[in-house]
Amino acid sequence: MRIEKHPILTFEPKEELHFIFDGTPLTGYKGDTIQSALHACGIKKLSESIEHHRPRGFYCAIGNCASCDMTVNGKPNVRTCITMLEEGMVIISQKGKGVL
Amino acid sequence: MILKDLIIIGGGPAGLCAAKTASEAGLNILIIERSPKLGGQLIKQTHKFFGSEKTYAKTRGFDIAKILIGDVLKRPEQIEILLDATVVGLYPDHELTVYQYGIYSKYKAKAIVVATGASEKFLAFENNDLPGIYGAGAVQTLMNLYGVLPGNSIVMVGSGNIGLIVSYQLMQAGVKVKALVEAAPKIGGYLVHASKLRRLGVPIMTSTTVKRAIGKDALEQVELVSLNEKWEMIQGSEKIIDTDALCISVGLSPLHQLLSMAHVEMKFVNELGGMVPVISSEHETSVKNLFVCGDVVGIEEASSAIVEGYLVGLIAAKRLGYIHPNYETLEANYHAQLTNLRSGPFGLKTRIGLAKLRGEDYAR
Repeated sequence: MRIEKHPILTFEPKEELHFIFDGTPLTGYKGDTIQSALHACGIKKLSESIEHHRPRGFYCAIGNCASCDMTVNGKPNVRTCITMLEEGMVIISQKGKGVL
Repeated sequence: MILKDLIIIGGGPAGLCAAKTASEAGLNILIIERSPKLGGQLIKQTHKFFGSEKTYAKTRGFDIAKILIGDVLKRPEQIEILLDATVVGLYPDHELTVYQYGIYSKYKAKAIVVATGASEKFLAFENNDLPGIYGAGAVQTLMNLYGVLPGNSIVMVGSGNIGLIVSYQLMQAGVKVKALVEAAPKIGGYLVHASKLRRLGVPIMTSTTVKRAIGKDALEQVELVSLNEKWEMIQGSEKIIDTDALCISVGLSPLHQLLSMAHVEMKFVNELGGMVPVISSEHETSVKNLFVCGDVVGIEEASSAIVEGYLVGLIAAKRLGYIHPNYETLEANYHAQLTNLRSGPFGLKTRIGLAKLRGEDYAR
């Protein structure tokens, strides 16, 4: 769900970036964070809570709340709301604490 | 260990403005910013600011950010900038640990300005952890910075200026604002913003709060409930609204954790948003040469953060022996601007809060 028309802002067409989320190939744009690219693809559940396995989405979008932590290119606990999307990233919704 | 004259933690309006005046005074500076961009929350604010010309009234937030960032980038020989870099430790003797791209580095400065800003408060209700429930700042980031919609429709909680303004921005982006709820019996922010929403058909429901969120993997519905004059839920007044997004705008609290880590003397002041550092008239904390400016020392508008930043930049530079050529004029000017910004009914909370922080009673 991307904004197409806006009275104040313009969103120029940007270079496409390809990435994999939980095994599915998806497309985002250069300038996206991992989280904004996923949200634009309709993916809101990013991880599960550690104890009760409840779904977790993003909350603060400034790298503060840890609600959007995911495993990116094998590295767990990446704050996906302040990490820019890169071509070929492999992103996995995190379950549990994330072990290196 | 990397040695610096002045390290500024936070590249938002307060930090950028401190860097500007401190560099004009002749200091070499390092700004450390956690996110990939400078400008803090200004970069996603599409509305025009109120206040005086000096603090960029009538200019849109993201345009103010461009001006402040431009001022800092003009002096690359004096101002170094680390992006994507998080200060994870602040220790006595002005030492700090910075995490950037998988590497931890140690820095030491003669003086430090902490301008970490604030984070959004949360609200307690059943299922408040469902995806689709966001802070108001997060919604602004998503739509105004990245051009992505938070949902097809939204319910806004909180009628302060942020709640009102973000509701309008959501409508500009094409999101249906189904309701704006406020637990207090009256609207918190400027009536000019609320009237605009009303004209556009947004129901503003005062004495109302969220009872619970409903949904499986993400938000599907919100249950609202009316409150009586004692703020108790009124049985039987519940109302369920279909929505895929809920925005929480119930205030901010200072990001004080680094200061607490450095054993700065702190005080809980409700009017300032929570835990804040005790400061001298020079914005210095209980730790010598550790200064603060912006929302970390009390929640206010960005205009105040800008002026406080300019002021603290001057003071920190002077402390290290670099006196700005216009020190006296500027200092008086910034103090006058802050007094002006904090005058009137909307500045009352800040005036009371600052008096409490100084340990005084506020005479109304």
